[in-house]
Amino acid sequence: MTPDRAISLIQERFGLQAAGEGRSLTVEPIPAERWVEFFDFAKETLGCRFFSFLTAVDWKEQGLEVVCRVENLEAGVGILAKTRLGAEARCPSLTGLYRGADWMEREGYDMFGVRFEGHPDLRRILLSQDWEGYPLRKDYAVDTPHAPYR
Amino acid sequence: MKPPTPQIPAPVWSEFKDLQEWEKLHQERPEGDKASGLVESLFDTIEHFPGGWLAVTSTEKLFNWARKSSIWPVTFGLACCAIEMMATFASRFDVERFGMVTWASPRHSDLMIVSGTVTIKMAPMLKRIYDQMPDPKWVISMGSCANSGGPFRHGYHVVKGVDRVVPVDVYVPGCPPTPESLMFGILKLQDQVAAFQKTGNRAQPSTKSD
Repeated sequence: MTPDRAISLIQERFGLQAAGEGRSLTVEPIPAERWVEFFDFAKETLGCRFFSFLTAVDWKEQGLEVVCRVENLEAGVGILAKTRLGAEARCPSLTGLYRGADWMEREGYDMFGVRFEGHPDLRRILLSQDWEGYPLRKDYAVDTPHAPYR
Repeated sequence: MKPPTPQIPAPVWSEFKDLQEWEKLHQERPEGDKASGLVESLFDTIEHFPGGWLAVTSTEKLFNWARKSSIWPVTFGLACCAIEMMATFASRFDVERFGMVTWASPRHSDLMIVSGTVTIKMAPMLKRIYDQMPDPKWVISMGSCANSGGPFRHGYHVVKGVDRVVPVDVYVPGCPPTPESLMFGILKLQDQVAAFQKTGNRAQPSTKSD
């Protein structure tokens, strides 16, 4: 597997442009309904078995974006993929493919309120369970009052 | 035992211009006077009569002297300030000469040094440790984060000053404070403990909730 071969395979299968070189291939936004299919392809066909990270970006009125990076460590190919979510912020879960996605998706839910559908245990991971709101969203005001200390 | 001489006031450092004067006075003074600083801190009055002397003290003064000379801090390090706190406890700065022994149990401790950022999630645990300490107890807030939230004050997860959770007696500024600063804070606390009264006003937690 080489970076050029990965680019052509992605173009062939999904019709998506990928740019960059070597370890940092960036794929143009993937529709959310093909999210799991894309990573199944990346894992099985492109050999990206290493789950690097998964996080989210708040683009305000354009909605949330989930960003994920997987790597083929033997060939030195890394793929950064992202998907735009609708108003309900629902995203298919990658936990069926990568065990490491479990806590990353919990953190995405904790901080951004992304509902990862199919996640086995989607609850807050860093903040307390009774926290209100999602602090890394742009509309979360600075100095939002919180519950009194127990 | 030779009686102390209460007619001569105990020498205080601020009374001397320089070290030479201090040395000169020490050579001039009688031998028995060297303990007068300790004697004065312990006793209210010393009565002399032919053949002996009588020292009068109050139990409160005696107990406070014992309290301030053996303040045991519970080891409670939260962030980078804890590194400076550990340096203060270690051999170079050595707070053991103040009678302080770091103790890993709140149930045997008199003092909690809150050294670092207190997050909202940590606040209940901090309160629980504070509640487990026996009275009388004191709190030193060490560093900007514990004093006011510091650089993280406007973060979503940080308590804006530990005085909103527990009452604080001494605030030590700095980010992080040097061991010298913390030692100065400890000496300030000892002054407070020396004047401790059961019925007196103690520090209260802040009522702010934002």
